[in-house]
Amino acid sequence: MTAALALHGVSKAFGTNRALNDVSFAVGRGEVHALVGENGAGKSTLMRVAFGLIPPDAGEVTIDGNAARVESPRVARAAGVGMVHQHFTSIGSFTVEENLWLAAGRVGHPSGRPPISNATAVDELRAALWRGLDRTAAAETLPVSAKQRLELLQALATGADILLLDEPTALLAPAEIEALLALLRSFARGGGAVVLISHKLSDVFAVADRITVLRRGRVVLEGRRSELTSPEVAAAMVGGEIEPPPAPAATGAVRIEAGPLRVQAGEVVGIAAIEGNGQRSLLRALAGLEPMASGWRSEAPVAFLPGDRTTEGLIAGFSLTENLVLGHDRDARWTRGPWIDWGEAERWMGVLIDRFEIKAGSPRVPVSSLSGGNQQKVLFAKIAASSPAVVIAENPTRGLDFKATVELHHELRRLASTGVAVLFHSPDLDEVLSHSDRVVVLRGGELLPVRSTATRAEVGTMMAAGVGG
Amino acid sequence: MTAVWRAIGVGLIALGVLAATLAVLGFDPVAGLAALGRNSVGSWYAWSSATLVRAIPLIIIGLGLGLAFRAGAFNIGAEGQFAAGAIAATGTAMVMGSWPGPVSWVATAAVSTVAGALWVLIPVVLKLRLGVLEVISTLLLNFVAEQMVSWMVQGPLQEPQGIYPQSAPIPADVRLPVLAGTRLHLGVVWVILLGTVLWIVIGRTRWGFRLRAVGEAPVAASVAGRIPVGGVQAAALLLSGGLAGLAGGLEVTGVTYSLYQNLSPGYGFTAIAVALIARLHPLGIIVAGVGFGALEAGASGMQREAGIPAVAVNVVQATIIIVALLALRKRRVAAVAEA
Repeated sequence: MTAALALHGVSKAFGTNRALNDVSFAVGRGEVHALVGENGAGKSTLMRVAFGLIPPDAGEVTIDGNAARVESPRVARAAGVGMVHQHFTSIGSFTVEENLWLAAGRVGHPSGRPPISNATAVDELRAALWRGLDRTAAAETLPVSAKQRLELLQALATGADILLLDEPTALLAPAEIEALLALLRSFARGGGAVVLISHKLSDVFAVADRITVLRRGRVVLEGRRSELTSPEVAAAMVGGEIEPPPAPAATGAVRIEAGPLRVQAGEVVGIAAIEGNGQRSLLRALAGLEPMASGWRSEAPVAFLPGDRTTEGLIAGFSLTENLVLGHDRDARWTRGPWIDWGEAERWMGVLIDRFEIKAGSPRVPVSSLSGGNQQKVLFAKIAASSPAVVIAENPTRGLDFKATVELHHELRRLASTGVAVLFHSPDLDEVLSHSDRVVVLRGGELLPVRSTATRAEVGTMMAAGVGG
Repeated sequence: MTAVWRAIGVGLIALGVLAATLAVLGFDPVAGLAALGRNSVGSWYAWSSATLVRAIPLIIIGLGLGLAFRAGAFNIGAEGQFAAGAIAATGTAMVMGSWPGPVSWVATAAVSTVAGALWVLIPVVLKLRLGVLEVISTLLLNFVAEQMVSWMVQGPLQEPQGIYPQSAPIPADVRLPVLAGTRLHLGVVWVILLGTVLWIVIGRTRWGFRLRAVGEAPVAASVAGRIPVGGVQAAALLLSGGLAGLAGGLEVTGVTYSLYQNLSPGYGFTAIAVALIARLHPLGIIVAGVGFGALEAGASGMQREAGIPAVAVNVVQATIIIVALLALRKRRVAAVAEA
């Protein structure tokens, strides 16, 4: 069988960074092929080459067995390839329909069907995606899941039956993820070809027929899903075994109280919630950044890990030392009265760099020069330096790759084991379930206790009940 | 060291552009540049009585604007705050004619500072309460201040005969002392004092750190730093207005000895360039202020001696700003590329 889309011996370097090194990859019709790897492993670069966004230094792309000079996305689209990017590309003020017109380009009206070989599969997927979508609504008014569906429709607007999806589930709720993965499955059954980029192994194992693992620009593992195991793939991604998490600690006094939500010293409590159910306000109130409801309590000092590292947690242009002092500018270790002793602060940051194994040239380099994982370590160094009673983390693994995510969960657990009360939220239900001692559901601003014996499906139902769509 | 060389390079480019402009306009560039140099840095008298006298308001305003810009608050109204300070100093001087010198020097300085701060208080309240952009409100208040001066010199503060649109000369005791044989007044002490204090405050204190954090990333300053962003910006704006007011007060008590319209030849705007070119660094602002003071002084000398319109020097100022901003931009791009 000829592959729908194949890349042969593709290499690409950016300056001295070899993003792709002799990579071959193929997806056939009827197949979902997952492309997994850490941040910077080359997944997105590879798909950008396939879609004509980046010219490769070496190697070639074939579509349906024909060598194609995919020199621009226009060529790729004309050959039946559609791409869904990691970030939303719809224009907020345009309606759904206008965005689709824009995506369809020269092909014409999105409902007019261009001549393609697998019209049925494409049409079925389109019909399913259209369900409940208001064609006259402005894109910016759509909920996240509808925006994601619009992205897919945009990719399909030119009649593509080869879909390249870059992290399409990152922002979706569990039920939405399942629905999307099911759609992709049946699209493939109908003769479509799907490349799914993800670093969520649960998604990958739920839907993929084949799995390719990239690490540092090379293919390190490739095979049928049925022949691979999750730990095997994880090890291939990070290039080594994953160490097991620290053991849970004994619990102590209650540090956070907010109705049915109680967090004791030494435990990790997870908040399961679909995007937009009040988690932002809840966490920020308990962190002391917004007013708290009466009867709520959160023991100081509270350390807060905001959802957006680069704009809320750190000042990118400031040095590591300055970021350490940020929020701790009354700390007696480096502040006397109004005076900040920068030499002393820098010495402390040096100690923390060693302790947290932060990859940084010196405490003086700007935080913006660090990778996402190392920036997250700087945040943990800050927290450790402030010896908090409570740590509140808002979607702390956002944008982190597999290894950094694992390290983050270990770090939260380590904090708990030193007697800190840890409260965290992630939009990924599996993450909440597997890394919390207890779970509380937040729905429509209301906290709901979860029985310790509740199944994943039960928690999922609690999260979604009464929520439209 | 590289910063010094870069500054010298920018200056030479700007003078080259001026020479070319003069040649194109049909003036003798050599004579023009010679007059510019002679009247700005050519003699002790040019230094002390022209260049530094003009540098004082530029530096004091620039120091304040540097604070506001660092906090991410864009005060474009220094010209108006300068005028408010000048009015306040004149009024105060008139009522305290027989007070002993040092008392009145401090009193006029204090009152003009408060007046400048009050003038920016309106934009501050509008910003905090209604979210009105300070760029617009401070700018618009410049025109109001201009009308205030016009009203004052034709009304409450007009000289006794009521003929000229200006105030009576302020009493001799209120006038700031000058260095013997020059026009260099006490304001130079304020420059050194303020420059040093702000340098230390910004680099070494908690307050300076908070100011920088707010300007660099207001959201992170608020969430991670738990800093009241609005409060810090308001304080920085008030201080910048206060310093511009102080500069206006010093101008009346140290240089002009009376209030009249167009007292400032655009100090409030030139000081924006001074602050930006110095990358908001207090000591850099002193150096840049002296440089722009020399240009202003040299320009009037060039007009007097070589018959070249003083506005020709605007070419130099504009060139310096453009070259400096380009250099800044290139560094940014380089920094981004590295990251």
